[in-house]
Amino acid sequence: MNIQPGVMEPSFLEYKGKYKGIFSWIFSTDHKRIALLYLFSILTFFVVGATLGLLMKFELIAPGKTIMTPQAYNAFFTLHGITMIFAVVIPGLPAVFGNFLLPIMIGAKDVAFPRINLLSWYLYVAGVTLVLISQFAGQGPPDTGWTFYAPYSFRTTGNMLPAVFGAFVLGFSSILTGLNFLVTMHRMRAPGMTWLKMPLFPWSLYATAWVQLLATPIIGITLLMIVAERTLHIGFFDPTLGGDPLLYQHLFWTYSHPAVYIMILPAMGAISEIITTFSHKTIFGYKFMVVSVLAIAFVGYFVWGHHMFTSGMSGTALYTFSLLTFLVAIPSAIKVFNWISTMHKGSLDLQTPFYWAVAFIFVFMIGGFSGLILGSLAANVHLHNTHFVVAHFHFIVFGGTGFAFFGAMHYWYPKITGRMYDTRWANIGLVLFFIGFITLYGPMFYLGFKGMPRRYYDYDEVFHAGNIISTMGSWVLYSGLAIIIINLFASLRSAIKAPSDPWGGKTLEWTIPSPPPVENFDEIPVITKGPYDYK
Amino acid sequence: MNSTPKIHRDDLASKTGMWFFLFTEMLLFGGLFIVYSVYRFRNAEAFHLAAHELSIPIGTINTIILLISSTTIAMSITAIQKKNKNLALILLGITIFLGLAFLVNKYFEWGEHIKEHIYPGSAVLALRGQGDVLFYGLYFFMTGLHALHIIIGLVFICVIAVKIYRDKIRPDNYVLLENSGLYWHLVDLIWIFLFPLFYLIT
Amino acid sequence: MENEKNHIIPYRTFLYVLALLITLTITSVAITQIYLGTLTVVLALLIAAVKSSFVLRIFMHLKFENKIFSIAVVAIALLISVVILITFLDYLYR
Repeated sequence: MNIQPGVMEPSFLEYKGKYKGIFSWIFSTDHKRIALLYLFSILTFFVVGATLGLLMKFELIAPGKTIMTPQAYNAFFTLHGITMIFAVVIPGLPAVFGNFLLPIMIGAKDVAFPRINLLSWYLYVAGVTLVLISQFAGQGPPDTGWTFYAPYSFRTTGNMLPAVFGAFVLGFSSILTGLNFLVTMHRMRAPGMTWLKMPLFPWSLYATAWVQLLATPIIGITLLMIVAERTLHIGFFDPTLGGDPLLYQHLFWTYSHPAVYIMILPAMGAISEIITTFSHKTIFGYKFMVVSVLAIAFVGYFVWGHHMFTSGMSGTALYTFSLLTFLVAIPSAIKVFNWISTMHKGSLDLQTPFYWAVAFIFVFMIGGFSGLILGSLAANVHLHNTHFVVAHFHFIVFGGTGFAFFGAMHYWYPKITGRMYDTRWANIGLVLFFIGFITLYGPMFYLGFKGMPRRYYDYDEVFHAGNIISTMGSWVLYSGLAIIIINLFASLRSAIKAPSDPWGGKTLEWTIPSPPPVENFDEIPVITKGPYDYK
Repeated sequence: MNSTPKIHRDDLASKTGMWFFLFTEMLLFGGLFIVYSVYRFRNAEAFHLAAHELSIPIGTINTIILLISSTTIAMSITAIQKKNKNLALILLGITIFLGLAFLVNKYFEWGEHIKEHIYPGSAVLALRGQGDVLFYGLYFFMTGLHALHIIIGLVFICVIAVKIYRDKIRPDNYVLLENSGLYWHLVDLIWIFLFPLFYLIT
Repeated sequence: MENEKNHIIPYRTFLYVLALLITLTITSVAITQIYLGTLTVVLALLIAAVKSSFVLRIFMHLKFENKIFSIAVVAIALLISVVILITFLDYLYR
């Protein structure tokens, strides 16, 4: 399967096709180039979102006004949420690593519909452009929060339409990516690769793709209904016309809860790959890992009401959603047990990606447990809309998807770029980032528990100390991030070329050159063994 | 790197992709059925009465129009399979004609309501009460979104018809025609549910 | 990969199905003219479901495709129904 020495096919980075320069990228239907287009866009918007967060935290370093007006603060947290959710973590791992690795890991030359893949990226760019337009045109940026709750979202003078349309277009991009991945896995697995010989990262993308396909249309139609409210006064969510604002919440969260599984499932898949490789031992409980990833996607479809415990739902709805929320934690726990069991008695190779994976497990568990606390009805009454919630979702989304993203970046960096990153700086960045992360978000649990509300520009003096610590954490985190990202870019010029298999991994991507040639494989491999054959 | 490496043709992948896309459309309208069911439950009486104002004859005719158009596009696939290019084109032409007829009917139906100042956001509608506002809001939104899908479907079918005319779609390569048929049938399916829920709940 | 089996449905079959669908349509109109309370909606939707199954199985070829497609369609219908059901756990018991 390895390219013969002497027969040097150009890598996908060097390949010269019909188009020149930047056009050879933005008109490319090669899944690997599209993955990098996404990486460039997503990293850009991540930095935008992170900077917004940094400024928000700076505002909160002291009660009262620090650097911005209350209206500006509302606009900041709205854009921070929209950017991070719709432009970073939802596309995140599938768009970058799914696009790059999925065909290779199943032994295919590309995805099922390469041109639709490129269209997905174009839609992504169009969507984020619309969101950006909402910041500068019209009567001021949106100030509803990324959740666009009715009735405020159709009453506010902020510029909702471009933002809502932007989210709609981004959703369409997500749907097409999911569709593409599903057909790819159904039709293009290499000969001999039965479903149960497929590695866990593709499996996680499979479960994710079903959620992308079946949940996203719900928010699509909900956003269209918001447009209809704003432009036509149609009345669906307007209490003065007979509508129920709570129905908006039902519809919104029917997508947005499964959306968090779009964020976390590929992250879990990447972690499974990393832990397996650096334990030099096959994953513990492969079948349970497959079933649990599908179970999370399935059960996750029915828990949306836990975002609405204090909104006015019936008692029956309350305890049904609480029960289902507890159930969905079980398959996640199974995965954590299996990761630990994989490491147990493995031959651990302590590399940067492995450190990210271990850190992931730590913060994911904190995020997860805090989710169970929030899922308990009585506790939720006290904690809803406090900083406890903010801490929870940053631990589980930033901690979960974010850490996995950086782990995956370092894990697959040699494969994608053909270079090795500088390990020392990568680890320094990680440590700084981790310290900053805990310092930034840890105090928020305490602050929330003591009653500090979220999305409030101002707060009582009693919360001051916690906020100072938290804001300082944001500076440490941001510098850690800067080191990590700069290191990844600087290492592109590293003299150290990466071999096909720097880590001793067993999945198919490690059998082809780094970086891969355009068609991935000389010959489509024939699979005879399971994905993690470490005997 | 602008074009993909030559991927072998996979009709099943193409058809599967279209089915998956239809699933998203089902969920899209599904969201509206959620809204409909909630507001119907909360305003049962008003919905009953408002439904009287819709014309059952026109609704029934429109239903039958779509059913016939589904038949003709399904038959066009048989025609292509039997190498009867002309019949395929004629059947597609009838399908397109029927789709346009549906839209014309819809135009007149809506026109009637709008003439009476019954449309989303109108003061007249607001005065009639919350149940009516929600009924007509849902009526215009759902039939409007459905009509948009009819237009998309018609454009799709026109493109396919041109491809058949130019022999790009042939008896040995007609999955695109099948896919356009699937999309059109979905549009028909949605109406099969819209019709009773708006016209027949008197 | 070429088309699996070039299964051809005769024109006649489509016309028979059309006749059936039109009959069911007219039936549903007639039935709903009779006052049957909540049963009216149930019957109308039932007839709609029967019509849909003919469109799906014959026009959309599901009867002759791999069973997995039929299972998926049913699963999605169930999914939407369960979401509506759970939503009603709120609205019914407020």
